[in-house]
Amino acid sequence: MGEVYVITSGKGGVGKTTTTANIGAALAMEGKKVVLLDADIGLRNLDVVLGLENRIVYDLIDVIEGTCRLKQALVKDKRFDGLYLMPAAQTRDKNAISPKQMQDLCKELKQEFDYVLIDCPAGIEQGFKNAVAGADKAIVVTIPEVSAVRDADRIIGLLAANDLPYPQLIINRLRIDMVKRGDMMDIDDTIDILGVDLLGVVPDDEDIVVSTNKGEPVVANENSLAGMTFRNIAKRIEGHAIPIMDLDTDDSLIDKLKRLFGIGKK
Amino acid sequence: MFDFFKFFGKEESSSKNIAKERLKLVLIHDRANVSPKFLDMIKGDIIKVISDYMEFDIDEIDIRITKVQNEDSEYGSALIANIPIKKMKKIGKNTG
Repeated sequence: MGEVYVITSGKGGVGKTTTTANIGAALAMEGKKVVLLDADIGLRNLDVVLGLENRIVYDLIDVIEGTCRLKQALVKDKRFDGLYLMPAAQTRDKNAISPKQMQDLCKELKQEFDYVLIDCPAGIEQGFKNAVAGADKAIVVTIPEVSAVRDADRIIGLLAANDLPYPQLIINRLRIDMVKRGDMMDIDDTIDILGVDLLGVVPDDEDIVVSTNKGEPVVANENSLAGMTFRNIAKRIEGHAIPIMDLDTDDSLIDKLKRLFGIGKK
Repeated sequence: MFDFFKFFGKEESSSKNIAKERLKLVLIHDRANVSPKFLDMIKGDIIKVISDYMEFDIDEIDIRITKVQNEDSEYGSALIANIPIKKMKKIGKNTG
């Protein structure tokens, strides 16, 4: 029996969809069977981030309404063995599905897959309630900015009210140059404020934009730092103790990571 | 003069610290879901109760809802009242 994770943030635009796509692809690279469920009905994007937008036939709502079987709606990612997408409907709204229907769907998917990752829509309304309904665990994505951290705090409270009391945090788009100048909250500041466990830190990396342009998850890029941090997050989800990089040295994170993994800029 | 520079130095004025302080304040209210007015009402009632027992400066009273960590490292909210006492009243000493 697999586990259902909801990836949420409260605020939009902090990288939920990119995070979902990359953790999913990284878990598939680890040999796991993974389904990514886009719960953002009406504003689906997981398909384009994954580069699977042209392969969608049926969607989540078709499954719920019995228009097709579950397996017919799943889109298999041919680049990552074991990775599947359950697309959201684009022409419907959030009320086309109920939390109970979502729970049932998650239960069914758990039988087939090691991991079910739900890409939660922004906000705290019906879409959020649907997305968390069937989840066993929660991952909160934030960026080190006041608005995103404030919303993350609110989401952490709402998750606790929905029987998800111990979410894990991903700090996305960290800029070490700004942290060193004292112009960006660092990892400790953010953890201290939110009071949750840290799952990973992803640096602000141009590779993300490039890979999203192409519709290829950045984890497939061996030379990408962001890709490496996502692969580390997947390993932590798998239960491996991979340390978070220590940023408190004279080296920049990037130099340090490059040296550690022998990527070296030469 | 040195203090002047220290006060306006990098550490105090870095935008990260401003962000942290602003966040901490805003989250105290978000988490407790209380307005400053609500805290003023609590403050008024506390003053009413304790002013029979001690003297204090009303402007010095600091009442806030804040995040605390218990022995199990779990976070929760607590009402913290910091009331510096000027003088105990007689009735307070005798009762008790």
